[in-house]
Amino acid sequence: MPPISFALAHTLPELILAVGALVLLMLGAFRAGRTDWIISELAIGLLGVALITLFFPLQGVAIVWDGAFIDDAFARFMKALALIGALVSILLSREYMAREKIDQFEFPVLIVLATLGMLMLISAQSLIALYLGLELMSLALYVVAAFHRDNIRASEAGLKYFVLGALSSGMLLYGCSLIYGFAGTVSFTGIAEALRGDVSIGVVFGLVFVLAGLAFKMSLAPFHMWTPDVYEGAPTPVTAFFASAPKMAAVAIMLRIIITAFPGITTQWQQIIVFVSILSMAIGSFAAIGQTNLKRLMAYSSIGHMGFAMVGLVAGTELGVRGVLIYMAIYLAMTLGTFAAILSMRVGDRYVETIDDLKGLGRNNGWMAFFLAMMMFSLAGIPPLAGFFAKWYVFLAAIQGGFYWLSVIGVLMSVVSTFYYLRIVKVIYFDEPAAAFSPVNREVTGVLVLSSLAILLFWVYPSPIVNAASAAAKSLF
Amino acid sequence: MNAAAAFFYIFSTVMIGSAFMVISARNPVHSVLFLILAFVNAAGLFLLLGAEFLAMIIVIVYVGAVAVLFLFVVMMLDVDFAELKQGFLQYLPVGALIGVAVLIELVLVVGAWTMAPAAIGAAGSPVQPDISNTLALGRVLYTKHVYFFQAAGLVLLTAMIGAIVLTLRHKPDVKRQDIGEQNARDKSDVKLKKVPSRAGV
Repeated sequence: MPPISFALAHTLPELILAVGALVLLMLGAFRAGRTDWIISELAIGLLGVALITLFFPLQGVAIVWDGAFIDDAFARFMKALALIGALVSILLSREYMAREKIDQFEFPVLIVLATLGMLMLISAQSLIALYLGLELMSLALYVVAAFHRDNIRASEAGLKYFVLGALSSGMLLYGCSLIYGFAGTVSFTGIAEALRGDVSIGVVFGLVFVLAGLAFKMSLAPFHMWTPDVYEGAPTPVTAFFASAPKMAAVAIMLRIIITAFPGITTQWQQIIVFVSILSMAIGSFAAIGQTNLKRLMAYSSIGHMGFAMVGLVAGTELGVRGVLIYMAIYLAMTLGTFAAILSMRVGDRYVETIDDLKGLGRNNGWMAFFLAMMMFSLAGIPPLAGFFAKWYVFLAAIQGGFYWLSVIGVLMSVVSTFYYLRIVKVIYFDEPAAAFSPVNREVTGVLVLSSLAILLFWVYPSPIVNAASAAAKSLF
Repeated sequence: MNAAAAFFYIFSTVMIGSAFMVISARNPVHSVLFLILAFVNAAGLFLLLGAEFLAMIIVIVYVGAVAVLFLFVVMMLDVDFAELKQGFLQYLPVGALIGVAVLIELVLVVGAWTMAPAAIGAAGSPVQPDISNTLALGRVLYTKHVYFFQAAGLVLLTAMIGAIVLTLRHKPDVKRQDIGEQNARDKSDVKLKKVPSRAGV
């Protein structure tokens, strides 16, 4: 057995977040009312330090804590994305929370705890570790969804998310128990070992339940019902967090469990993933057309994007996983940028969030209009913006895997979704101006500009992301 | 019939009987008390199986904490159980139909059940008979499964923070205990009053 320092070195980001969250909690509890402003800065610092430790040169793949936890290039890639999502969400939240008078110190602490759950989920190498990571993440998410507890919409969002989330956790647990019962082990590699040769129907049952539970967390159709209501009801920075970081963790564990634990039942999981992928793309494309609220629109948009990302997984190849990873990185930049734009929509002291409020933004605020329009073009997948390459990589993998018809459906759905993204661009540039927005703070503007530049200039220098994703995908096989 | 079998039948009969009383008792307080009786008998069954740690945990956690909490809730909340039970007769046919269907399925499944011969011997006896449950759990909980243990602790902590964030309200006119103020109070600030018995202040 390797020394304990070996295990600690490979779990350093998690340790930093766990200890940091406890320290922040103590700091907040004992200096209540006086240090609210510093807790979120410290939380950002914690997440930043955890992000830096991911780049420490450690040996390739390490399985520590008695087979519960794996540290490989794939985990580090997805952890970096989740940490960036959480860090930027706290950055975006500060002004909003202060203006809505809900800037309690617990918010950054809960975000840090949720992020810790995500990291544990991404690195899970057994069913127990998966469940514990998922619950840590979800519990913190339920609370931040209802964080604006005097607002009836936010409370409704939190309650809805909690009830449906508990149901999905139950399904996941039931699936885990079936798999454990029929495979005789909880470790992913052990399950893969047990599934060689004849596969009993019980394992396939378990697979269906586990995938349903994970699809809920990713808001894949037909487990997407909670998404629009929760996205609309929760405070906007919380929605930005929901749309970015937890998606990274859920996708990561979906990829890991399918690739490492279920290679023996490829036909079975492929059917499920093809089904949810097509359904998500269709619902994301058609249901978003009638939306008037930007947050609801982004909810349907995220359902559609998760469907597109799953196209890459269907192939089940290294190329496909690489495609999904690149997709998630670009999706993260697009989502954070769009939510930075939504958080810039403030008339006087009131935050607004309907599409009509964007009318004539091109004349009121030329730069914000340009950046938001670029986001919409990228979300629609128009070249040469990053969103196009995201789709290109996943469809490439699907075509090389022989899934021609799936790619055709994907491209068709992408065309449908273009309609509602372009409608926003039309409203921005060609409608009569509505009330102008109040100036926003540097952090929100900075996030908007940086993410816009990232998606505008991705084609110039894509190799860092593509190479990192290739290395990450390689470590999974 | 040996003593263990006799105790098994005593515990099981009382447990099933009290479980039935939990759902049929008219008074909700009686229901909770029967629930406690069911828990205690379950603990007895665990003892017979050689799972003394689980038995003690059931008594401490379920009887000591959960059931008492139920009792508080039932006594404090004014739930109109008569109203809840309205329409019982109306739904009885549907409920009975589902119950019978489930019963038939259960009989079919259990009827076709065959235990693996090895499993019969393995069940009901501790893996290592020479050490106690608590020792065996303690040996792996903080070594082999320390990661899960810590993770579960963090999950509980998050739940606690969440409950406080969502429910705690700092109302200005609520009187709170301030130990510093209590200790600093001088003898001259305190007035002693003679209060007649059963008369109130």
